[in-house]
This record gives sequence, C-alpha cells and structure tokens, in this order.
Amino acid sequence: MECLFTMILAKYNYWLSVILMLIGLYAILAKDNLVKKIIGLNIFQTAIFLFFISLGAVKGGTAPIVSQEMISKGYVYVNPLPHVLILTAIVVAVATTAVALSLIIRMNEEYGTIEESEILEKLKEPGT
Amino acid sequence: MLPFIEHFPVLIVVISLLSSVTILVVGWINRKASYFIFITTIVTQFVASIFLLAHVLTRGPIRYWLGGWKPPWGIEYVVDALNAYVLVILLFLAFVCGIYSKKKREHELPQKVVSFYSVFQLLITGLCGVTVTGDIFNMYVFIEIMSIAAYALIGSMGKIGKVALKASFTYLVLGSVGACFFLIGIGLLYSVTGSLNMHDLSLLLPPLYGNRVVQAAFAFFIVGLSIKMALFPLHTWLPDAHAFAPAEISAMLSGIIIEVSTYAFIRVSFSVFTINFLRLLPILDILCWVAGGAIIAGSLMAITQMNLKRMLAYSSVANMGYIMLAVGLSISVTSEPWNGLTPALMHILNHALMKGCLFLVAGAFIYKADLWLINDFRGLGRRMPYTCAAFVVAAISMIGIPPSVGFVSKLYIVLAAIEAKKIVFVAIILLSSLLNLVYFWRVIETMYMKRAEGEEHSTSTHVSKDEAPFGMLAPILILASLCIIMGFFWLAKVPMPILNQINNMFGLVKVP
Repeated sequence: MECLFTMILAKYNYWLSVILMLIGLYAILAKDNLVKKIIGLNIFQTAIFLFFISLGAVKGGTAPIVSQEMISKGYVYVNPLPHVLILTAIVVAVATTAVALSLIIRMNEEYGTIEESEILEKLKEPGT
Repeated sequence: MLPFIEHFPVLIVVISLLSSVTILVVGWINRKASYFIFITTIVTQFVASIFLLAHVLTRGPIRYWLGGWKPPWGIEYVVDALNAYVLVILLFLAFVCGIYSKKKREHELPQKVVSFYSVFQLLITGLCGVTVTGDIFNMYVFIEIMSIAAYALIGSMGKIGKVALKASFTYLVLGSVGACFFLIGIGLLYSVTGSLNMHDLSLLLPPLYGNRVVQAAFAFFIVGLSIKMALFPLHTWLPDAHAFAPAEISAMLSGIIIEVSTYAFIRVSFSVFTINFLRLLPILDILCWVAGGAIIAGSLMAITQMNLKRMLAYSSVANMGYIMLAVGLSISVTSEPWNGLTPALMHILNHALMKGCLFLVAGAFIYKADLWLINDFRGLGRRMPYTCAAFVVAAISMIGIPPSVGFVSKLYIVLAAIEAKKIVFVAIILLSSLLNLVYFWRVIETMYMKRAEGEEHSTSTHVSKDEAPFGMLAPILILASLCIIMGFFWLAKVPMPILNQINNMFGLVKVP
C-alpha cells in the first residue's frame, strides 16, 4: 500500500497529464474528421500545459502578486515562471489551431468534405 | 569593428519581424514596393550576418541580454561560431530564393503577392530566431514561428495545388506534435534544474546525468527534433509537403527549415547536454544506425517516384541521414581534418546549396512548361539548356563526383566512419551514392537523350530555345556554380577555421 501511495496517489498530477496526452494522441491518430484531429491536438497540448503548471505548485502557496503586506505576513508564493511560459505556449497553440482551422475551411471549399478518408479517396482519383 | 555589432543578434531577428508588418501595410498602397522592402531587408540581414561571422571568428562570442536582464533570469542571445555559420547559410539561401520568387509569384499567385512576402519574412524571423537564441524556451517559440509560417506558405498555392492543403495539414499536425515533445523536454529539464538558459543548464546538469528525468528529457528532445528534421521513420510529411508547394518554398523547406532543426539538435545535444552525457549512454551509436536506415530508405524510395519534386523530397530524407550520421560519428573521431562536427556542418552548407539549386530548377520547369512528371521532360535539354545544365551540375554534386561539394561531404563522412571503425556505414554511403546515380540519371537521360514528343522522327537538329526568365535563371546558375566553387574551397580547406573553432568550443578535438 505504501508503494501504491507513493507511486500513484502522490504524483497524481503527472499521471493525469500523461493520460490526457495519450487521449489527445489517440484522437489525432484514430479520428477521421479533421476538426476532431485538431481537437485531439489541443487536448495533447493542454495536457502538456497542465504538466508544466503543476510543476510550479507550492504547498500552501498563493497567487504570485508581490505585496509588502503579504510578505510581512509570511505568505508563500506559487512559482510564477511556469505560468508565464505556458501563457506563451498557449498563444502558440492558438496560432497553430487558427492556421489548422483555416486550412480545413479551404479544404472544405476544394473537396466538399472534411473527413480524411473521403479526401484521400478524392486524391486517388485520376485527374486531381 | 562596427559600433553596433553587439546588437546585431537581436537586430537580425527584429528587422524581419518589422518588415513583415511593413510589407503588409505598404502593400495595401503599392504592390511593387512590397517586394522592394522584402529584398532590402534580406540583403541587410545577410550583410549583417557576414559582419557577425567575421566578428565572432576574431573576437569571440557575442552575448546579448534582452531588456538588460542578466541570465539566467533574462533571455540571452548568444552568437558563437556555430550560430554565425548557420545564420550566413540560411540568409544566403533566403536571399537567392527571394530573387527567384519575384517572377514566379507574379505568374502563379498575382493577387496574393503581398501576403506571400509578409509570411516569408515571418519564416525568416523564425529561422533567424532559432539560430541566435541562447534560451531553450525561446528556441521552442521560434521553432513554432518558423513552422507556422511554413505551414501557411506550403498551402498557399490556391486553386492549382489543392493537394498542398492536405499536405500542409499533415505537416501541421505532425510538426505540432514534434514541437510539443520539445516542450515536454523543456518542462522535464526545468523541473530538475529550475533554469531555462542553455549555458546555465550545461553547468547545472552534469551532476544529474544519471537521473531518469534528464535522460527522458533528452529522449523527448531527440524525437521532437527528428519529426521537425524529417529523419526516417518520422519523415512521412516531407514528400507530400514538397510535391505541390511553391518551388522557392520547397527550396527553403529542404534547404533550410529541416537543416535549422538539425542545428537545434546539435545545439541541444552539444551545448546543453555536453559531450560527457553523450559518452555515458550509447545515444550516438543508435543515432548512427537510424541515420543509416534513413540514407538507404530515402534513396530507395526516391527511385520509385514519378514526380520530380517528390523524388527530390526523398533525396532530402537521405541527406538528413548523412548529416545525422556525421553527428553520430562526431565524438568518436579526432584526427584532422574530419574531426568532430566538421562533416556534419559541412554537409549542412553543401546540402543547402545543392538541394536549393535542384528545387529552383524544378520550379523553373513548372513555370516554363508546367511539367511535374519526369517522363514529360523529354527533350528539355535542348529547349532550356542553361537550366538543365544547372540541374546536371547539382545532380553531379548530389551523386558525389569530385570536385563538387557533395563529393567533399561524402569523402569526409566516409573517412570519419573508417576512423571510428564502423565500416558498415562506409558501405551504406557508397551504396547510397550508387542509388543516387540511378534516380538522377533517369532524369538526365530523359532530358537530354530522348527527343520531345512530336519530334521523334524529325531529323532536324534545330530546336527553339525557350529558356526560363533571367530573374529565375540567375539564382539557379549562382547556386550551381557555387556547388563547384565551394567544392574547391572545401578541398583547399578555406572555411576550416570556422569549423575548428566550433569543434574546440565543444571539446571535440584530440587531447594532446
């Protein structure tokens, strides 16, 4: 039971993050609809963000806003650096999603469908 | 030397970012001015990078602290010999592709010229940023900037190349997964060291080399960057992305974007995790075998292709195998002049020249006569003599016939493999040279030795010449002639001081 506690329950944030990453990767690989693939990519990226942010957690820590009153009362701050890194990474993920969705819109105009298997069928036809 | 030289690392990145926005704004008013701003910016950056290389070789690395914040709290841009070398190569190829792109864009996409140049400048921003940065999270951000610009440019062919949309989407998904693996690696390293600065990490990591987290981080870095550099078996996005992308974007993609990912790999492996880590685990041995597989698989798959650009794309997969094989052999080789990273860095330059020329020639064929498939190239040798001659020169260089640049690269890699006592790789390289000969000869034979359709039975030897326009021919001829001229330079060991300085920096020289 000791082993179970230290291996799984104490590190539950890492386990959850890994499970979400795998769900995201499964969606990218196995789903046929292109929008679902992009949602899978977003789940994967969000899982990485959760992993990063959970690294910065401090027991009993509060929001990292500097204030003399808080310091004098002895409050402990959560590490703000992972939060800043993840803000940047979220912006990058949003930009990637925007480009992906605009590609899907163009593909819908050209092929009339957003199911990957149907697009591959149309690509195999001679004359495309 | 120059008064502002300490600011050049950040100026090179910021100029492209500003010009990207300026092109968009000015292009609303006057379309022709947008191209002028685009070319002026690239020329400025290229000249600045040459000054930077000269300064770094004589006076040592330049360190620029963004915002004045000292590392490891602030972001630092460090330009040493490795950075400056890759920066010069990338800006030169961008310049050549920029000159080439003028005629081609106006022919293929007249209404999107302004946004094309704007996104091209964003691509150059990303590429320069990856090269100059000394902070590992900043490198992730710039890798993503470069990748997003590449996704947009590959899919930009509009009605003509709707297949490119699917290829760009595949590249987007795979490339984002690769960059996310890079991000996981950064997170793992941050969790054990608390720092993001590359130099600082190289000082904090040595006591932690046995730690599973650090080893897992390295594995994530390798896999993430392997997706970005199209290393077999993670290369599947590359042939589709090349097949219908605009020609100068294909030249940038194969010549620079995947090579900057190999630079990132070298930087992460040798600067952050120093060679002591690489000696602890048999990482580079495994890398050599994967690279060997890449070389053979890329060359074999190229033989079966009918589309010229897809064939060149598989050839790029094989060449990334050469670079990675040279990286894998680098710590076991100490005798001059092929010691350390010299063969790898040499091939980065040579491949950019050769592949750039080949893709620009393929673009000229498409521009002039809308020819994509190799079988349609009959009789082109007479109709477009200079373009085909450039193709032959670049093909000779890819096969590895002296004194071209391709020969020098392969020679050095073979000599390094012999010294490292891994004769299997010598056999692999020689076999792949033969396979290269097979698929390039097919194209050359079709161009020169088969008569054009409709002329099969004509006996006249006069064929009207219908050459590509000068704006497109000049870059092709520059790159083709550089393939031979640089070959002589490499044989005369002219650029060796740069590479020796890089090897010294990483500790890859013979201990006296």
